[in-house]
Amino acid sequence: MATATAEAAGPVVIPESRTAKIVAIVGKTPVYVTIAVLGLLWLVPTFGLLLTSLIIPARVQSAGWWEALTEPSLLTIENYRQVLENEAITSAIWTTLWISIGATILPIIVAALAGYAFAWLEFPGRDWLFLGVVAMLVVPIQMALIPIFSLYNDLGIFDTILGLVLFHTAFGLPFAIFLLRSFFIGIPKDLIEAARIDGASEIRIFARVILPLGLPAVASLAIFQFLWVWNDLLVALTFGRETQPITVAIFSQLRQFGANIELIAPAAFLSLAIPLVVFFAFQRYFVQGLLAGSVK
Amino acid sequence: MAQASTDAVATAEPLRGAPPESQGGRWGSYAMAAAFLGPAAVFLLVWVVYPIVHTTYRSFFDRSGNEFVGLENYQTLFSDDTLLTAIKNNALWVAFVPAFVTAIGLVFAVLTERVRFSVAFKTVVFMPMAISLFAAGVIWRVMYEKDPDRGAVNAGIAIVKDAVDPPGVLSTARPSTEVLTGTPQGGLELTTPVGSGDVSLLGLTGIPASDVPDDAVDAVVPEALAGGITGVVWRDFRPGGGEAGVVEEGELGLPRVVVELRGEAGAALAETRTEPDGTFAFEDVEPGEYRVAIGPETFASPFDGVSWLGPKLITPAIMIAYIWVWAGFAMVVIAAGLSAIPRDLLEAARTDGANEWQVFRRITVPLLAPVLTVVFITMIIYVLKVFDIVISIAPGSVQDNANVIALAMWRTSFGGVNDFGLGSAIAVFLFLLVIPVLAVNIRRFRREV
Repeated sequence: MATATAEAAGPVVIPESRTAKIVAIVGKTPVYVTIAVLGLLWLVPTFGLLLTSLIIPARVQSAGWWEALTEPSLLTIENYRQVLENEAITSAIWTTLWISIGATILPIIVAALAGYAFAWLEFPGRDWLFLGVVAMLVVPIQMALIPIFSLYNDLGIFDTILGLVLFHTAFGLPFAIFLLRSFFIGIPKDLIEAARIDGASEIRIFARVILPLGLPAVASLAIFQFLWVWNDLLVALTFGRETQPITVAIFSQLRQFGANIELIAPAAFLSLAIPLVVFFAFQRYFVQGLLAGSVK
Repeated sequence: MAQASTDAVATAEPLRGAPPESQGGRWGSYAMAAAFLGPAAVFLLVWVVYPIVHTTYRSFFDRSGNEFVGLENYQTLFSDDTLLTAIKNNALWVAFVPAFVTAIGLVFAVLTERVRFSVAFKTVVFMPMAISLFAAGVIWRVMYEKDPDRGAVNAGIAIVKDAVDPPGVLSTARPSTEVLTGTPQGGLELTTPVGSGDVSLLGLTGIPASDVPDDAVDAVVPEALAGGITGVVWRDFRPGGGEAGVVEEGELGLPRVVVELRGEAGAALAETRTEPDGTFAFEDVEPGEYRVAIGPETFASPFDGVSWLGPKLITPAIMIAYIWVWAGFAMVVIAAGLSAIPRDLLEAARTDGANEWQVFRRITVPLLAPVLTVVFITMIIYVLKVFDIVISIAPGSVQDNANVIALAMWRTSFGGVNDFGLGSAIAVFLFLLVIPVLAVNIRRFRREV
């Protein structure tokens, strides 16, 4: 790669000429080959799960997924039909969806309010408080499992969607506040001052100025939080028994891994299909959110 | 720990009002701030701050929670074998994974800079970030199946290994009569010496029908060859029995078996492979006594797969899967940093005669240092808390070997042992480990503000 670029950039005098372009492309061939090989390598595991999930039940115990590439008769959608008829899996998908939606909307509302206060309201100890929020970014979830387990049992919300939503909301807040505050603070001061002079209340400023302008940040955050909750295993495994999201439902099948691969593979693929759709649809926001707060 | 909790406890302060010296109008604005912060404060106090205090307190009590045991739980943490394995494994995770992820991310970012199709590549590499670590674990568990016919990783190794060191045709065969002696490791040798013009019959048995190569045809006894030695290697068995040591109709020849012609001293002088009907021939043999033997290669066992999910390799195996997930994160963050580097600087260095490696080493990497640090620190935090991917890849029987602190905490508290005292101590230990990283973050953050 190094020499290729050097050759392409060095001796060629007129970069616009066709020869130069050809030289540049040919010179970069090793880079293209490397990228293609690495890209394939990165794709293989996910693709392998997809094919495994499509292999006919009779052969999935004995055939490697790559055999389906040369023997398409091995493929079937029967496994997916079975999974979608499996009550435990379908109800788990709905449970996951409700938890993810609730635990996305709630923290965004709460964090937007707090983010606005940290960005644009004056009150004593503001910076210290915000530092405290930043500190909470790294608190391991493990610190909260035991006390909240007892608390939920006392409150009677153990093994409920509500309990999971509230837990995810709380642990999503530090990142959400951090992200929204840094976005809100970038909104031009004049805009807010002008609204204040016009006699707009803080709530009105928040709803009419900050939120509309902060929409891109809210979108990034929503995607992050949704994926984070959808993909969670630890919290659901601790606070759910009957209320099982999809990760836990599959996890409980892992004990017999191998014997039930025709159930695990399609269920696992379904569980990651939704995050993938969200990711591909909103990739731009996802990357922005990632860059904005790369420490969680 | 103390620092975090005091900071956090302070969150409640503005809710109760403002300092006394504030002017009348300010009370209203403080109340406004309290209203905006209230919901967040409730969540953080109940779900984060209170648990930090409670878990710390609980870690000094026994399993039942009634008896104060001082530091006993912490002593257990550093003396119990399973927990020590968890700590040791976590140390390995911190030592290897952040460095690998950062390095791979840097290479990918530099590789894809100003290259066409890089968007497609970046999307592919970044994709695992969107899926759960748990699903990634399931994906890799399929990859790591031990049987090379089912696990893609071992299938890949098998292709390389078979090219370098091909497996034998017949790994289970043994002699059909006593005229053949020896062991599979040394090859099977005819007891009677042969000379030119002789025909040797090498009968094998114990070969499952599925192991007989597809191109095998009925065995024939070759004709004697003047000045040469001929023979046949065949499956001395047919349904219904047959006579041992005699080539009969319906018995199959064994193709591609390595046959050695050995001298008096036992050293192989010549080597050949059998035809589909099992026959072989050594031509132009000097007069004298020889031995005919089936070479040991024939009996070499095929590659039966690396045990990735076994106790020895489980931790590196999980690390590879984890790096597969996180390389995309590092790549994207570093690529963003890379695009912010002024082009002029690089061009100036090139004009001055620096080669690409020098530009990379002396200019790109130093300018990227802050970004690389962010990625590295982020990875340390995540790696300290690694849980999902370990519990999903490691089968139950090797979870003791794959153990990490976060997994040990969960297994101790909820996975059957149900010791909240020890579980709390493990959680506190994990928290203490992330505090130095937290301190670095806060310092960085305050510099920015």
